Amino acid sequence: MTGAADTPVIELVNVKKIYGEGEARVFALRGINLRIDTGEFVSVMGPSGSGKSTCMNILGCLDTPTEGEYRFLGAPVGAMNADQRALLRRNYLGFVFQGFNLLSRTTAIENVELPLIYRGVPAAERRERARQALIEVGLKGRELHVPNQLSGGQQQRVAIARAIVTEPKVLFADEPTGNLDTAMSIEIMKLLTRLNEERGITIVMVTHEPDIAAWTRRIVRFRDGQIEYDQPNVPQRDGAGAAGSHA
Amino acid sequence: MFLNALLLALREIRRNVLRSTLTILGIVIGVAAVITMVTIGEGATAQVQADMQKLGTNLLQVFRGQGFGPGGGGRSAAPPFTLDDVRALEEEISGIRAVAPSSNTSVQAIYGNANWQTQVTGTSDKFLEVRDWPLASGRNFSESELRAGAAVCIIGQSVKQELFGDQDPIGANIRLQKVSCQVIGLLTAKGTSGFGQNQDDIVLVPIRMLQRRLVGNSDVNAIMISARDPALTAKVQADVERLLRERRKIRPGMPDDFNVRDMQEITSAFTSSTRVLTTLLSAVAAVSLVVGGVGIMNIMLVSVTERTREIGTRLAVGAMARDVLLQFLVEAVTLAACGGIIGIILGLAAGIFANHLFGVPYVFNLSIILVSFAFSAAVGIVFGYFPARRAAQLDPIEALRHE
Repeated sequence: MTGAADTPVIELVNVKKIYGEGEARVFALRGINLRIDTGEFVSVMGPSGSGKSTCMNILGCLDTPTEGEYRFLGAPVGAMNADQRALLRRNYLGFVFQGFNLLSRTTAIENVELPLIYRGVPAAERRERARQALIEVGLKGRELHVPNQLSGGQQQRVAIARAIVTEPKVLFADEPTGNLDTAMSIEIMKLLTRLNEERGITIVMVTHEPDIAAWTRRIVRFRDGQIEYDQPNVPQRDGAGAAGSHA
Repeated sequence: MFLNALLLALREIRRNVLRSTLTILGIVIGVAAVITMVTIGEGATAQVQADMQKLGTNLLQVFRGQGFGPGGGGRSAAPPFTLDDVRALEEEISGIRAVAPSSNTSVQAIYGNANWQTQVTGTSDKFLEVRDWPLASGRNFSESELRAGAAVCIIGQSVKQELFGDQDPIGANIRLQKVSCQVIGLLTAKGTSGFGQNQDDIVLVPIRMLQRRLVGNSDVNAIMISARDPALTAKVQADVERLLRERRKIRPGMPDDFNVRDMQEITSAFTSSTRVLTTLLSAVAAVSLVVGGVGIMNIMLVSVTERTREIGTRLAVGAMARDVLLQFLVEAVTLAACGGIIGIILGLAAGIFANHLFGVPYVFNLSIILVSFAFSAAVGIVFGYFPARRAAQLDPIEALRHE
């Protein structure tokens, strides 16, 4: 994989995803072309059943296209087996979920350490990097709290710390604010914006809410397995101070 | 990679202490049972061996008939030995230190108000030498007493205790059946034999006295021979067999109608029967180990279902299928091994306690500890594999969606 500036992080070429066979065939994706470059902050919208989740699963290397090609940093993901895709996720991707997906009865710092364990990072370095990641998301002092001692917003920030602790190329966020109230949602969006702008992490985020999508710099909307709308967006950030930082 | 799996597994076990404890209970009980059984069995075996050692390894015993042990097999068909046989053995076979005849009967021994059912052995003055059994006080039978079958006896410690208490028995007259008999000697204490019988519960009388006045025949039921050296026992045994065949007029090709046992042989026979029993009991105990394994599998399967979302998360952050497989497998093995260690400790404690209770020595057996540990770990692998494979085969997308 080359890191050359002109290689897009993500490139989908006429990607189709078909479930079932014969009469029962369902076309989840009907030919998607999408290119996302390093440093972008993209929101993916669309009603349920529009194919956005299927597309996100393919982008996150959790699933493979039936037809067409998905290139991640120029490498064809369709040709990879499950283990190679796991390595890709391990080394280049971060995930944030709607339901946080933290390990219960496990401290914040141990949750954040998890992907580093799979990377084989030595214990001392692992601990230190997890601590730094928690500081970065504003959870200094909460290292030893377990998830049910934390608010929803704090849990999501632990999840974000877990996603960024490996310094991923791309962060996939699946409705990261879906379970949070407005104030917490704004906190999370501020954090994601900062990670995008200061750390240069490419972020692809699925959301239902136009308010949340408005924070991003590009909006892609799905309908019936196709991309219906794909336009740059001038961020409208209603969180105090955040809009000003982006002229 | 393995260390990581171990780390993750330990975290997982720590996360749910109660469930982990219950999971390993079956293994703990299984291993503890095996260890306890083996510890008791080994102790009993050691006890038997020690007792046999006390009898003396250069001791040979000649019994009538074919078969095992005193009075075994076809006793009625085989003619008894005679005192002439004893004399012949003594005179004609080299390498023998001493030969003593032996005939037993059970009698009521009475002294004053005390009476005690005991075993009377008719023998000669050589008995003490053959059995390597010194007197505590008094004297051995004299030549004339033996020849005349005088009513004199040497008693064991148990008989003395029962009839005389703390009194000195030497010179007193006790009654054996209707025969009044003077006590001339007291044996030292010998303790319980490997056969489980109290060796001190014994009265020795000249064999002629037993034959004439207690049983009314002239039979010699057994002959005890002491070889001059343990290394000579095999040679002595062969010579004894040849001489007795000759004297008992057994034609070549016909089987012996007597048998010669050396104590090593008897020891190993008893030891092996104790071993068989131990093995049998351990096998029963091992079944509970397998049941314990099923318990682990059960809990692990529940755990995989319960943790489906967690597995999805792990896969999403970059775990490969084999990382998940290894994690669950290591978890099962760690649980089983912990169960094994706890079981070993409990089993040893119970075994040592039981051995103390039964009065048998404790024998440390490293191999059974290692085998138990390895076996419980193996149970973990076997019964952990299926749930682990199930976890590893989960589809990450499905797993992440699982509620």
